[in-house]
Parts: sequence; structure tokens; C-alpha cells
Amino acid sequence: MELFDTFIQIFGSGIRLGVPLILACLAGLWSERSGVVDIGLEGKMLTGAFAGAAFATFTGSAWIGLLAGVTATVVASLIHGYASIDQRANQIVSGTAINMVADGLTALIGNAIWSQGGRTPQLSDTALFNAITLPFAESFGAVPIVGSIYRHLISGHDIVTYAAFALVPLTYWALYSTRFGLRLRAVGENPAAVDTAGISVRGLRYSAVIICGVLVGLSGVYLSLAQAAFFQPHMSAGKGFIALAALVFAKWRPWPALATCLLFGFLDALATRLQGVELPAIGAIPVQAIQSLPYILTVVLLAGFIGKAIPPRASGIPYVKER
Amino acid sequence: MSSPLKPLPAWADVALIPLINVAAAFVISGFVVLAIGENPLEAVQILITGALGDLEGIGFTLYYATSFIFTGLAVAICFHAGLFNIGVEGQAYIAGLGAALAALYLGFLPGYSLVVVAIAAAALFGAAFAAIPGYLQAKRDSHIVITTIMFNYIASALMGYLLVDVLRVPGQMNAETPGFSKYAAVPQFHELLAPLGIQWPVTPFNLSFLLALAAALAVWLLIWRTRLGYEVRTVGANATAAIYGGISPSRITIITTLLSGALAGGLAVNVILGQEHRLILEFTGGFGFVGIAVALMGRAHPVGIILAAILFGVLYQGGDELAFDKPKISRDMIVVIQGLVVLFAGALEHMFRRPVSVLLARRTTQPPI
Repeated sequence: MELFDTFIQIFGSGIRLGVPLILACLAGLWSERSGVVDIGLEGKMLTGAFAGAAFATFTGSAWIGLLAGVTATVVASLIHGYASIDQRANQIVSGTAINMVADGLTALIGNAIWSQGGRTPQLSDTALFNAITLPFAESFGAVPIVGSIYRHLISGHDIVTYAAFALVPLTYWALYSTRFGLRLRAVGENPAAVDTAGISVRGLRYSAVIICGVLVGLSGVYLSLAQAAFFQPHMSAGKGFIALAALVFAKWRPWPALATCLLFGFLDALATRLQGVELPAIGAIPVQAIQSLPYILTVVLLAGFIGKAIPPRASGIPYVKER
Repeated sequence: MSSPLKPLPAWADVALIPLINVAAAFVISGFVVLAIGENPLEAVQILITGALGDLEGIGFTLYYATSFIFTGLAVAICFHAGLFNIGVEGQAYIAGLGAALAALYLGFLPGYSLVVVAIAAAALFGAAFAAIPGYLQAKRDSHIVITTIMFNYIASALMGYLLVDVLRVPGQMNAETPGFSKYAAVPQFHELLAPLGIQWPVTPFNLSFLLALAAALAVWLLIWRTRLGYEVRTVGANATAAIYGGISPSRITIITTLLSGALAGGLAVNVILGQEHRLILEFTGGFGFVGIAVALMGRAHPVGIILAAILFGVLYQGGDELAFDKPKISRDMIVVIQGLVVLFAGALEHMFRRPVSVLLARRTTQPPI
């Protein structure tokens, strides 16, 4: 039973660490499926986290924070979109620029306003997204195993977490079962064909970029208003890049993206848990070894040793109408 | 609606457009300073005085510039082959390991041959760490951007483990190796000038600067004066055409990433062998990413890279002074400027092309009165 409780704890913490990855990974999925490569997820996550925390501090409302965070990331996304779609820029360069500006600007403004080295003040509970206890969690929780899973894993998360999990089937449905989704995927594979059919490549790619901005904004807001209760410079700590790795690992598909992000979140939780623990027969595993597993796994996958990750064919290539 | 544009005159292409792009980045940076309630002109004045106002400032500026020349060249050489090496940061970090291992464990080498071997080890380790993404790009078609990003994090985890658990002096709190012997140090200019009777203030400015200039010259010779360089540029311009020309793009990809990784090692030489004289955590401090801005601003040409690196040296050294005088303008401002330079000189490099060509065309086609 003790082992089971430990597992429940690690899984619970894995879910909490996985949520920002899921949201950012879905954001990248929308963008890249339309043909716009986005390595600026990291910077946008910071942007969302900062704008969210700043406005939650000003107004005392988590919801206004969320709105501000999402607005800020959509603006950042549109800059990337303008460079990628209208200016036909190198999308890697543009994403790098977004990452740098976001990294510097959030810390700079935070420091200029609150003079705490870029940190925003601690938010009170009312300005945060708090845990929601699902119905019957207390009474049903007494049932062994199933009840415990319900009480500790399924219940007790905040609204953004539930939204993240709901957005996976929603993304799947929108991409694979709607006309918009079909066209969006087509524009990431063969924009010329979409253009020939009289559908705006530009319009589709801009919509994808905006959806990407909304989703990655949520992941940023989750960091500062649900996981922590403040913004701190560089607080995304590479999560945007892990989400990018998860996207590659999931081969640009929604359900595998969910599974991969949960796996990476779980690895993160495990690394924290195993810090300094002597395992029987193995000894202590260096935390860094577990922490770098997502990156190593992604490289191994990219190398084609465990299946092949093939990106959308037109991703990263600006569309030129006149040919 | 959009009429085809006349090609711009060469001077506008080489000088005017890049200058406008960089100027746009700085104008917006000025507005950022204004927005946080400081005077941008005063900030520029403090920045320039701090960076160039005295010999000490100049020494620090050139010390930073040395790092940026190396990382700028590392990014640029890959640009020429059409590759984007975002992993200079990680390659330089691992290069530091090579330099430190040589400096610590090859102490039996006679005199200053130790530092030469340590420099070679830095280049070798940097190249080896770049070789894996290069090989995967060339042979297994794995996108080098993604793999080098992953490798940055792998380098960081590996170095964290080695410095905390393996190389640290037992009983020491700081995660760092023991200090190197004096024969593993790249001499600093103030030490060299003192016997000549020239008083240069104590700064980390060291002989790596000359090595960086030599590397810039070597890259120029390689890219524009050798057969290999021609092949690199051909692959960068059109890989398919290169194959028809009998050039193997995968061979060029691997060679270019190896050279890029070796150049990244220069950052470790400057910081670890030239200044710190021991291996420390996170010594690369994001300078690998500055290389991207430097390479874009310098248009991947060694002369442009040296100029851009000195400008960024001014920004980093002056930025320190600025943060001291005006606490509101923290060092993060320099990262913002760097990002804006990448945005305007890289991503939006063609944004001003149309207005400029329209303007120039109007001026030249005006009827004589």
C-alpha cells in the first residue's frame, strides 16, 4: 500500500508538471501542422507567465491575468506569423528572436516595476487558479485503489489542468473531423494545392498561429498562476523546448502528444523523487540522467532508430504564390 | 499590384539595408528604455562611457568581443552551408570540459605547450559534440535545429553532473574544478605589457583575442579562397545543384559542423583558459546565443562578425555599468537588444527592402529639370 501511495504521489506530480507541456505541445502542433515551425514556444511561455502574473497582481483576478497572458502571447505569435508568413523569413531565426526578446523583456519589465530582480510579488489565493475538488472525492476516496486514484489523481486539480486535458480531444476533433482542420493540415503538407482550391494559405496559417498563441499563453499562465504564485525570470526553464521535443516525439499527433507530455512530466517528477535515493542493485541514479532523458529520447527518435519522425512536408517553408 | 522590384544597387544591399535593420532594433530598444521610465540618450551615454571611456572598459569590451567573434564565426560558417547551428552554447560548454581535462591531467607537458594542448582539446571536444548532430543531419536526416537544441540541454545536464559529482574538489561548496597551473593559462594583456613598461589595467582581455582574429581570417580564407569553401557555399545555395556538381552535401554538412563546433571551443578558451583558470558551472552564460545575433548582424562575413562582436562587447560591458548606475535598466536590456537585432537583421531583414528600393527608384528616375 505504501508503494501504491508513492506511485500516486509521483503520478500526481507528473500530471502537474505535464500540464504546461501538454498546452505548449498542442500549441506547437497547431502551428507546425499549418507549416509554421515554432521554436519560440519557450519565449511565449515566459511572456504568458509574466503578463498573467503582472495583471493578476494589478487586478487581483486570475481570470484577468489569464486574459492578459493569452493576449500577450497572441501578439508574440502574430509577430512570428508576420515574419514567417508575410516576410517569408527564416522561421528558426524568427523563433530565436522571440525567445531572446521574451527572456529579456519579461525580466526587465518585472524588475523595473517591482524591483525584486524581475520577480513579481507573491499572489494571494484569490488571484490564483486553485484546486477544484470533484464531487464525492472525499467519500469515494476511502475506497482502496480506485477511490484513491479518483481522489488524488483525477480530483484536486485546477481549471487550467482540466482545460488542458479537454483540449487534446478538441484538437483531435478539430484537426481530423472538421473542414477547417482538413484544410489546415493540407496547408502544412501542400500549400500550393490548397491555394489552387481557392482557399487562402495566408488566412489558414494566421489562424493556426493565433490558436498557437492562445494555447501557449495558457501554458504560461498555468506556470505563474497555478503551479507557482508569482512570476520569476526564466521560470519556464526549458519547458518550451521539452514541449517541442514532445511534439517531435509524438510525430505531430494530438493523442501521442498527450502521452509523451505526461511521460516527460512523469520523468521530471521521478527525477525529483529519486534525488539522492539509493536504489537496490543500481545505486543512486544521477538526477541529471533522468532530466536529460526527454532530450536523449527525442534525438534517438529523430535519428530514426525507433520509428521515423516525419514533420509536415511544408513546415518551415514560406509559401510563395507566384510560381 | 506589386510590381517587380529593380535590384538594389550594391552599396544599398551591403551597407544601407543592414544599417537600417540594426537601427530599427536600436530605436525600438530606445522606446523600451523610455517605457520603463529612463532616458535612452542618457543610457547610451553611460553605456558608451562604461565600455570605451577608459582602458579598463576597453579591456573588458574586447574580452567580451573575443567570445562573440568565436561564437559568431561558429554560427556563420554553418549559415554558409545552409545549416542553423543553435547548439554553439552546448558545444562551447563541452569544449570547456576538454580544456579543463587537458589543463588538469596533462600537467606533465613541458611549459606553455600545456596551454596549446588545452586549446586543441577545447576545439576537439567542441567539434566532437557538434559531430553527433552533424552526422545525424547528414546521414539520418534529423533536423539539426532540433538536435542541437536537445544537445544544449544534454550538455548542461552532463556538465552539471560532472561538476557537482565528479570533478568538484572534495569538501568544496562550489561546483568547480581545482585551479589550473599557470602554464595552462592564456596570458592576459596586462601581464604581457607590464615588462614592456606599459601600464594596462587588470582586465580579463587576453591573447585569445588574437586567436579570434586569426580564426576570422582563416574562416574568410576557407570560405572564399578554397575549394572546400566553394563546396560549402554551393551546398548552402542549392544542395541539389551541388550533387550534380559532384559535391557530397552530407560530407560538407559533417565537415562544416565539425569546424563550427571547434570554433565554438574558442569561447571556452577565452573564458576558461583566459580568465577563470578553472572550470565553472554555466560559464558560457548565453554567449553561444549571442553568436546568432552577431552572425546575422555581420551577415556571416568575418569582417562584419568582428564589427558586430565589438558592438556586442560594448553592449555587454557598457550594460554592466548601466545596470550599476540605473538599476532599472538591468542586464536583461542587453538580451532584449540582442533579440531585436536577431528579429530585424534576421527575420525581418527584407522588411525595409521594398520601401528603400521604391525610394531609390523614385530618386533616380526623376526627370531632369
